[in-house]
Amino acid sequence: MTIRHHLSDPLLMAYSAGQLPEAFSLVVATHVSLCDDCRSRLMAFDTLGGALIEDAAAVRMADDSLEATLARISGGPQAEPARATRSLGGVFPAPLRDYVGGDLSAVRWRSVGMGVRQAILKTDSGATARLLHIPAGQAVPDHGHRGMELTLVLQGAFRDTEDRFGPGDVEIATEDLEHTPVAELGVDCICLAATDAPLRFNRLIPRIAQPFLRI
Amino acid sequence: MTLNMLPSEIPDALGGGQAYAARAGLLRLMGAGEKGRMTSETEPDWAALLLRVRDDADKAAFALLFRHFAPRIKAFLRKSGASEPLAEECAQEVMATLWHKAHMFDPTRASVATWVFTIARNRRIDALRKSRRPEPEDLPWGPEPEPDQADAMVLQQESRRLGYALAQLPEKQRSLIERAYFGDLSHSEIAAETGLPLGTIKSRIRLALERLRHQMS
Repeated sequence: MTIRHHLSDPLLMAYSAGQLPEAFSLVVATHVSLCDDCRSRLMAFDTLGGALIEDAAAVRMADDSLEATLARISGGPQAEPARATRSLGGVFPAPLRDYVGGDLSAVRWRSVGMGVRQAILKTDSGATARLLHIPAGQAVPDHGHRGMELTLVLQGAFRDTEDRFGPGDVEIATEDLEHTPVAELGVDCICLAATDAPLRFNRLIPRIAQPFLRI
Repeated sequence: MTLNMLPSEIPDALGGGQAYAARAGLLRLMGAGEKGRMTSETEPDWAALLLRVRDDADKAAFALLFRHFAPRIKAFLRKSGASEPLAEECAQEVMATLWHKAHMFDPTRASVATWVFTIARNRRIDALRKSRRPEPEDLPWGPEPEPDQADAMVLQQESRRLGYALAQLPEKQRSLIERAYFGDLSHSEIAAETGLPLGTIKSRIRLALERLRHQMS
């Protein structure tokens, strides 16, 4: 997988600092699972977090804090599921599988018209995450957004103005960008998209459909 | 055991010669000579202490880690807006997690402080935002049982350099970074020009990842 379009430094820093809405965090975590370059950059930002901890002026702990902690330890570890890597032939990295409840075949798609399907993933209310299934050759209706939109390609590819986004690539679209991504011919295009504001579709039919489909 | 105990005061639970060896070992790890003097240039080898926790369930080593990190974790949580009791509880939970997950620590990928930060940050998201944090997939290999010493040392050095650079930053820049990490800036306000040598650290980690992938294939 050759990734050409990466996450930005501000996004990685915000993710490292724990300040991203859950939907954006999901896109970041999924992309990092696929991209060693962004993983390394993320770990550099985590190192900055570590430096802040080291540098912090210590705050007094309770008198019995060590004993209390040793008692917690005796109570046993909190159970945590292992984050398995993709199985052979799998499409979704582990963090995405957690939200879908499985791999691609487990997704419950809903049609949004013109052959495009979506599945909204449950995240906190700061932003919305959805999977998009765009038939090969199909254009996603012309839309602008308030706020930021992240689109991560998992399968297939789309072209947006001059750029091509293939598997692992992430497009960062800001407020002023009105764009019509077109899925390449060949394989259907499957993307994970997150927006922090409802999408603004320009064509009449999609606009009527918006309140029902939450787009 | 109280927080104020020096290694020389650690109870003689093992008896005689073994206890002496244990204390001497800990003194060395703390950067002190046999006589217990700490030099200002020598920093405690937190990674070595953590490996003792992992390999020997060493409570004395854990106590030393606790004495250093717990108050700083608490400070981080307080600055992030946690109340005093919540910050206390979370700091204890983070240190308990450090004990249980010691086998997952990889000194070639992060310093102990960095690792502690990631645990504290995740705990804070859980406790303060009551939100879930999606995490990247684990790398297909765990920490190597015998991590490459050269790699680990280089990373510790780079982390230390970053600490010095952070301490030297002009107040305005420093404040922006703190505000980002303590939750005072929304994600759209975070600019990420830190004025710090993060590129070097990134390259080191990238090289280590590449080498491991190459070895695996």
